[in-house]
Amino acid sequence: MPPWRNPRVRAIVWQALLVLVLLALAIWLVTNARRALAERGMTSGLGFLFDPAQFALGEAFFAFKSGSTYLTALAVGVGNTVMLSLVSVITATIIGVLLGFARLSRNALIAGLAKAYVEAFRNTPQLVQIVFWYSFFTLLPGPRQSWSLLGFAFASNRGLTVPAPESGGVFLIVLGMLALGAVLALVFSRLADRHRRRTGRPWKLVRLTELAALLLPALATWLIAGAPLGWSVPALRGFNYVGGATLAPEFLAIYFGLSFYIAAFIAEIVRGGLVSVDAGQIEAANAIGLSRGDLYRKVMVPQALRVIIPPLAAQYVSLVKNSSLGVAVGYPDLFSISNTALTYSGRTIEVLCIMAVTYLLLSLAVGTAANVINRFVQIPER
Amino acid sequence: MSTAPRSFARPASSPPRLPPADVRGVRAFLYTHLFQSPLAGVFTFLLGAVVILALWHIARWSVVDAVWYAPDNSAACRTATGACWAVVAEKYRVILFGAYPYDEQWRGGLIIAIWLAWGAASATSLLAVGTRLAGWALVFIATILLLKGGIPGLAPVGTDLWGGLPLTFIIFGGTIAGGLPLAILLAIGRRSELKVVRFLCVATIEGVRGIPLLALLFFAALILPLFLPPQLTVDKLIRAEIGMIVFFAAYAAEVVRGGLQAMPEGQDEAAKALGLGYWLRMRKIILPQALAIVVPALFNDIIRAFKNTTFFSILGLFDVLGATKAALQDPNWVRYGTEGYLFVFLLYFIICSAMSLYGASIERDTQRRVRRAN
Repeated sequence: MPPWRNPRVRAIVWQALLVLVLLALAIWLVTNARRALAERGMTSGLGFLFDPAQFALGEAFFAFKSGSTYLTALAVGVGNTVMLSLVSVITATIIGVLLGFARLSRNALIAGLAKAYVEAFRNTPQLVQIVFWYSFFTLLPGPRQSWSLLGFAFASNRGLTVPAPESGGVFLIVLGMLALGAVLALVFSRLADRHRRRTGRPWKLVRLTELAALLLPALATWLIAGAPLGWSVPALRGFNYVGGATLAPEFLAIYFGLSFYIAAFIAEIVRGGLVSVDAGQIEAANAIGLSRGDLYRKVMVPQALRVIIPPLAAQYVSLVKNSSLGVAVGYPDLFSISNTALTYSGRTIEVLCIMAVTYLLLSLAVGTAANVINRFVQIPER
Repeated sequence: MSTAPRSFARPASSPPRLPPADVRGVRAFLYTHLFQSPLAGVFTFLLGAVVILALWHIARWSVVDAVWYAPDNSAACRTATGACWAVVAEKYRVILFGAYPYDEQWRGGLIIAIWLAWGAASATSLLAVGTRLAGWALVFIATILLLKGGIPGLAPVGTDLWGGLPLTFIIFGGTIAGGLPLAILLAIGRRSELKVVRFLCVATIEGVRGIPLLALLFFAALILPLFLPPQLTVDKLIRAEIGMIVFFAAYAAEVVRGGLQAMPEGQDEAAKALGLGYWLRMRKIILPQALAIVVPALFNDIIRAFKNTTFFSILGLFDVLGATKAALQDPNWVRYGTEGYLFVFLLYFIICSAMSLYGASIERDTQRRVRRAN
């Protein structure tokens, strides 16, 4: 056999050629870029990150003062993107799960309403929704003619003013402790379940311990902080509100746009997962007399989760990436801060690369977390 | 003794029996779906009341109290309590055609008509698939010719003036036309036996899927010119289009890969046994079958590509959303942005719903074919 007919030789030759062509292309591109940068008198490097950045940013989770370094600006952007994604993911999941169950409701009215929501929000571009919300909130009347929602919250062109706990820091920490408690309770319930399966004898007071694990950390933190109870309720004084917390139109637009859009997709995923549970499983559960709650908790949800988690993770990644649309309404997320930073510093290539790598890492982090959870919900086949 | 009947089958078919009365009709529907128990009845009643109240408010705002026509700069809208649809009546030409020269906007109208007509024709099964695809290629070329002009009878129009629905259509068409072949190449590259090819394809697909489309578009719009020699200037529209194509291809490649993995190994082996070369095998045996499996799944990506055309408005190009934003800068009409964006919302909703209904019908056809084959 002549060597040019040998598949292994051909494979090596083709791949070597490909590598050579790509190398040549890369060298050509880099030469062009260096010449272009030299012509424009631009320098390259990452030193600019420690220069002061002379621009101001809108209000968000993390504030930025003009004069801090570019690195700080980008870090603020990452923080805002992560926080925005986090609250949007939680909201979208709650709405989506409710809608997913609603679509399977026996009540035709509920099912119909859920279907209408899903179709309306899924079949329109996310950016149109974001821009719509932004225009909606900025065109609301001023604070004096604001829309009152039950007398507690007010929607005006300044945004949504809502009651807020007086000591916000403590409130956030307590919320975090509640999340920690939920994890603890879940872990304990798993351990108790494993013990019961192995020995046939359940631990005593399992439910009570679970409740304690859920509530105790939050309760203890709250008591240590001096048990603050005060809520500050907004009230109109003159031309603006006193008290409460105001969510800016920029935040509301991107938050609603992200959560409501992804919720429609999550609803379809949840519905698909629930439908995928074999009808025989439900009939068997009914035959052994499981209550409706136990049917969902012990039979349907564990089997549906296997189908739900992977596409759900893809939606979360998509949400994190599309939080970059905040640039359209001026919300200071990672993308819009990068956009501002590259204009002010002139380091287009560097800033865009840092931003892309950060998003890539964020996507990877979400994907990895999903993989871990996915392993957790897999049911071992016997 | 009587002779035994030779067959128990009825000699003629009898008319099908109707289902029992309690599972059909309006009353049965009410009993099983809305008022199955007293509690459910009360709930349905309350929810129904809320829905009717909401619908009544929406109808009053959007129809009864609405202003449809306000010729003298929205004066009639200022006193109205309802929606100001006059903003659409006033600005529809900007929304649909962007900054395209006013006297040449019939060309944009013609493009929209061609797209809608051929879209409707393709949704029926009257034409062969090959005819439909060839038709789309012609539609695409005609769109570019009509927009660009420069041929006898049509004045040339620069790409910076293109806008509105024709621009949205051409971005979308270009994304699919360029993205699908690239997606197929990436998908078969990812399954290649050549390690370098496989690595390159995996890196491209995963890298692109990990970053936002907006970042990719900024890369294409801002960085690409730096890497090209100064004598080779690429139009901003084409640069952004490259970003769109790569993004679509990375997602579609994973869908196509699913189809390739679903192919039974025997098909490839049989083709090898016949002595077919790699590309011939791919072209004649593997891809036709694999693509047929993934068409319904690809449709989701295609609809998303259509929705993603709105990202061009952030780059300062005047697709439908960008043109609407520009139209609503007019100080006379800036207060009626909500109505303007609702119109755009509805426009996208109709187009995307039509595509998603068509996608669902393809999926049903595919399932029926698979069931028959089994």
